[in-house]
Amino acid sequence: MTVLPFLTAGWIFLAGVYGLVTSRNIIQAVGCLAVAQSSTYVLLLTVGYRRGGIAPYFTDTPLRTRTVDPVVQALALTDIVVGATVTALLLALAMQIRKRHGTVDPDALTGLKG
Amino acid sequence: MVRTADLLPLAVAVPLLGAVVLVTVGRWLPRIAIDALVTVWAVLQVACLSWLWLRTGDGRSVSWLGGWTPVHGESVGIVLVGDRIGIGIALLTGALVLAVVVYSWRYFDEPPVEHAGTFPALILLFEAGMCGFALTGDLFDAFVFFELMGAVAYALTGYRIEDPRPVQGALIFGVVNSLGAYCSLLGIGLVYARTGELGLAQIGVKLAGHRPDALLSVAFVLIVTGLLVKAAVVPLHFWLPDAHSVAPTPVCMLLSGVMVELAVYGTARVYWVVFSGPHGIAQPHLRAVFVAAGVLTALVGGVMCWQQRHLKRLLAFSTVAHVGLFLTGAALLTPAGTAGVALYVAAHAGVKAALFATTGVLLDRHGSVDEHGLYRRGRDLPLTGALFTLGGLALAGLPPFGTALGKAVTEHAGEGRFPWLPVVFVLVSALTGGAVLRAGARIFAGAGPRPRERYAGPETTGGGEEPEIRDPQRRIPVPMLAVPAVLLAGALAVGLLPGLGVALARAARQFTDRAAYTAAVRGHPVAWAGPVPDVGWSAEGVLLALASTALAALLAAAAVWGPALRSPWAGRVRAACESVGRHVVVPLRRLHSGHLGDYVAWLAVGVAVLLVAMTV
Repeated sequence: MTVLPFLTAGWIFLAGVYGLVTSRNIIQAVGCLAVAQSSTYVLLLTVGYRRGGIAPYFTDTPLRTRTVDPVVQALALTDIVVGATVTALLLALAMQIRKRHGTVDPDALTGLKG
Repeated sequence: MVRTADLLPLAVAVPLLGAVVLVTVGRWLPRIAIDALVTVWAVLQVACLSWLWLRTGDGRSVSWLGGWTPVHGESVGIVLVGDRIGIGIALLTGALVLAVVVYSWRYFDEPPVEHAGTFPALILLFEAGMCGFALTGDLFDAFVFFELMGAVAYALTGYRIEDPRPVQGALIFGVVNSLGAYCSLLGIGLVYARTGELGLAQIGVKLAGHRPDALLSVAFVLIVTGLLVKAAVVPLHFWLPDAHSVAPTPVCMLLSGVMVELAVYGTARVYWVVFSGPHGIAQPHLRAVFVAAGVLTALVGGVMCWQQRHLKRLLAFSTVAHVGLFLTGAALLTPAGTAGVALYVAAHAGVKAALFATTGVLLDRHGSVDEHGLYRRGRDLPLTGALFTLGGLALAGLPPFGTALGKAVTEHAGEGRFPWLPVVFVLVSALTGGAVLRAGARIFAGAGPRPRERYAGPETTGGGEEPEIRDPQRRIPVPMLAVPAVLLAGALAVGLLPGLGVALARAARQFTDRAAYTAAVRGHPVAWAGPVPDVGWSAEGVLLALASTALAALLAAAAVWGPALRSPWAGRVRAACESVGRHVVVPLRRLHSGHLGDYVAWLAVGVAVLLVAMTV
């Protein structure tokens, strides 16, 4: 197992965090959160990957065929569902912020401090 | 005959079903029918969990969902495991949800016309997430329940979308917590890569056969990051005051009362079952790091709480301070510390929810939660004032409230290793309790001179909040006063019922026994090992509790009447206080900037520090 995919996952996560920290637009920030989340897909699929493995279906293949790990694929799928829900909710909130505050710039939202 | 284990999935399914029913039929039902339905459902859940608590006793209930039991020790199924601490916190959730449901009968005057039943459905969904998280025995499942509870909490925080501030608080809450949860998922992926297992007990067994290395520490830090964000441990806490100060009051009762504490429970559970094995994370190392984090959290929360004039924000920072104390107690890694925290959490939930409920009455009546703006305006609410003051005293640790007992037991558990720990506990309880007493004295009794309007540093005032009802001059509904009274009585009962303390002490011994948990999941019950910690009242504990209450009263009195004193001595003290404020408190307040990017940066810093501390 090479270490490169793990480093890639870490890099994607940090890129998302960097975007969140520097973003001047809430919609973009939610996008950056989705970028950070996609690092988890890369990590999970890396963990379950097996060289030469096929998709884990056993309709017309012999039982001893090498397959990739189906568990992490289930995890990634669950993760996608969770992520889609949260992203949709956050984008709805971003829309509402635009309506109520008239801006999507985090620097301009100063209602809560101290 | 129902097997005890069958009640475990029911404890998650009942509120989920309730949410589905309310969403589907809610639009055709009148308000009163919706309220009745959700109340019945909340009672049903409490009954189910109480039954589970009684039948499980001092043992453990294990349920493999869908009958996917392990074969030759290998499993791909998902397991729910209930022991007394887990079921206990689920029961606490259930009781608090019931209180919230009753409180909101008359709280929202105007439910959204097109989506009647949404609010109670969300509350039940929230309950399902929290109960599932408390009862799961599977790491990935814990993540899913964690996210369920999170997503519903973001929606509930921004429930009043017409109001500018809740949407902002909910967005910060959602982004920061989701980022923490993705850290957890990365950690879960790493653990799965190492062990090929997802069950807590199975991972623990596999890890015990492997030499410890950096991957283990990194995975541990990543997994607990999500939990520590939700638990609002400094410097991952910035989202909490913003979210709790803007959420509708009934939601605050749940967020502060039990959700944040659940994250501390999750951290302790993950450590004990997964990482405390022979080749896991060393106990002394973990204890040092987490006690330091807990004490820092408690002190920052205490100081920030004292500085607030926005009542809900004040209570939110008080939650940060108390979570610091809970984390410190749990990080002692002894059964006595765990038992103390369990008592403290149970009583704190009642007190904090009662305080939020009485604040809700003020918001209802005056459309403001600003301590300075409400000066003398609460004099027509003597009963509310009495409950608020009693809550403040309980928060400060007045015996025989359960908060005092929990605090005393935790202090006693930590004294041997950290002799200075009682000082932190007394100081933090006094600061948080004192802040509530100060606000109560000004608002309900009109004590002291009128507070000044402007302050030099950054602050959120709390004036101009939208009241959550149509007619601010209505009579205060009975449930809005009965619920806080019952909650305070519950906190009192935690301190007075001798059976509860003993049950929680036995539960704490069981909670910290990794081998027994693993054996129970594999289907072999194990005999008891180790002594049961002593959790009764002690003379020393009562004295410390009285000291913190007296200090809280003193601090409140100094804050209320201090500015009016005219002696030169008082002037010197005032000057010293202002100097400390300028050099310590104002910079601390500046850090709470309300800026999303800053909070994410602090999260990254916190994770980096934790990584360094745990791997070095």
